[in-house]
Amino acid sequence: MYLSKRILGAIPVLIVVAAVVFTLMQFAPGDAVNMLVSDEASEADKAAIREAWGLDRPPLVQFLSFLGNAVTGDFGTSFKYKVPVMELVMEKLPATIELALASTLVAVVIGIPLGVLAGARPGSVWDSMASAFSFAGISMPNFWLGILLILLFAGQWHLLPSGGRTPWGLDLPRITGFHLVDSVLQGRWDAFLSTLRYLALPSIVMGTNMMGIIAQMTRASVQEALHEDYVVTARAKGLSGQRVLWRHAFRNALIGVVTIIGLEFGALLSGAMIVETVFAWPGIGSLLIQGIAARDFPLIIGLVLVYTGLFILVNLLIDLLYTLIDPRIRVS
Amino acid sequence: MNTQTSPATLPGLCARLRKRYRQMTGFKALFGLGMVAILLLMGLFSPLLAPHAPNSQDLMSAMRPPDWTGPHVLGTDHLGRDILSRIIYGSRVSLVIAIAVAVFASLLGVFLGVVGGYFGGRIDAAVQKVTEIFWSFPPLMLAIAIVAFIGQGLVIVVIALTAQRWIPYCRVTRAETMALRDREFILSARSLGASSRFIILHHILPNVMLSIIVMTSFAMANAIIAEASLSFLGLGVPPHIPTWGGMLSDSRAYISSAWWMALFPGLAIFLTVLGLNLLGDALRNQFDPKLKSH
Repeated sequence: MYLSKRILGAIPVLIVVAAVVFTLMQFAPGDAVNMLVSDEASEADKAAIREAWGLDRPPLVQFLSFLGNAVTGDFGTSFKYKVPVMELVMEKLPATIELALASTLVAVVIGIPLGVLAGARPGSVWDSMASAFSFAGISMPNFWLGILLILLFAGQWHLLPSGGRTPWGLDLPRITGFHLVDSVLQGRWDAFLSTLRYLALPSIVMGTNMMGIIAQMTRASVQEALHEDYVVTARAKGLSGQRVLWRHAFRNALIGVVTIIGLEFGALLSGAMIVETVFAWPGIGSLLIQGIAARDFPLIIGLVLVYTGLFILVNLLIDLLYTLIDPRIRVS
Repeated sequence: MNTQTSPATLPGLCARLRKRYRQMTGFKALFGLGMVAILLLMGLFSPLLAPHAPNSQDLMSAMRPPDWTGPHVLGTDHLGRDILSRIIYGSRVSLVIAIAVAVFASLLGVFLGVVGGYFGGRIDAAVQKVTEIFWSFPPLMLAIAIVAFIGQGLVIVVIALTAQRWIPYCRVTRAETMALRDREFILSARSLGASSRFIILHHILPNVMLSIIVMTSFAMANAIIAEASLSFLGLGVPPHIPTWGGMLSDSRAYISSAWWMALFPGLAIFLTVLGLNLLGDALRNQFDPKLKSH
């Protein structure tokens, strides 16, 4: 009930978002038809193309017909690639999601222990180190980190590939589009390992900011929790420091961390545009940047909506996750 | 592991923490202020500080590595332009955008937040709806959409980055205004016949000012990274204006042969943003009574 209400609530937001982007498009200088025809096209040719693509209709009519089609999953046809936008998105989306999940994993696996260590011993060397590390992570421009890591790991030491998603010539039939999943399903361990190698640098780069924020958040929550009565009680009962830390303090800190992951997932998606560009990762982020360069309006609108929809969806999932972690939060 | 929570050591721990906190806060504030001062100096006095003109090309001395004693301390790029000079001039764009975005975002956000929080009702509901819509775009996505459709340029970048930056200001000031609205000193001012305008200007705004200052530090850090990201993607200010993000974008093609083209502009972004983030954190520690009492 709650879920369906939330999903229904997201629909008007998406419609307004589409309207905002459509309005912006009206300010775009030049004639969209020029993206579709060669420079020598005559006015008659242009008029024909304009009619064929529906560009001759008033903006409001274009918008309403776009909305009508979007409901059925049809986001129009890309100017540049001349195929349905949805087809392009579906082809590239798994790459972005795979990268985003790997980055979140990196951020969580490093950020949480770092934050717990720092929070458990406030004022210690660990605390200072974790603090410095997390501030550096938050302030790091991810495209710079990406370039530096390519420089070191690919250029200098030749340990990892500098970009792309698969080595040249690797033939992995597509099942889900997630390379890690596909290679496991087909028992292709060579492909699995090479996917990991290609994932390593981009996911570290993309996860760095989130890692810093998670570490700070965990540190503050653990520190706060360790002063709570129930932790003092647990200590008084004779539970070991480790047990108190992880079972009591950390569990409570987790709620804040989950919130942060949800909030930061949006930043992660935006970061994907930049990281995918740096690492030539074939996801929807680099697709969007190419679409902007080509002034491929249907592709841009479709991708902005897909991005926003994903962002809303993730925050919805996070809300649901709360109830699992903390039984006190039962959504009313 | 010693979790240091036994009641006997708690006062000692708190005293140690307080001292440590003061030291850390002092260091953060100092580092942050230092970085802001450097940014300001570089931006204001670029022509005096830069050893070369930022766009003067010299293909004969292209891609020279850093040389502490030579004419190009941090090296040159693929067109023979001096990296140090371009970093110094590039600070201007970062500075202008950071200040402009912070000013416009705070004006818009604080206005909407205070008005919504103070009057409540329909006005507040309307403000909340607008906030919700702008917030549903992933960060930077709205900015990219604006720049992608409308075009490049300093003013457009400022508008594009302000489009979402006002929201944190709005949220925080709204919450604080709602908490203040029913406090006794406001009620008594109202019963003495003070107008809403007077109360907002003389009683509410001074009380939310500290939060605004703290947020501004973070907003500037955020704006600098966002502008650099847009420039890196080729969506920022026109390419003939030197920017740190644009320099990094240029460096990608020469990554294996000229590491200095990537290292120094990135370091400039990193240190500036780090400084602003540390400053914001120090200000928050200093002003937030909840943290201070720890």
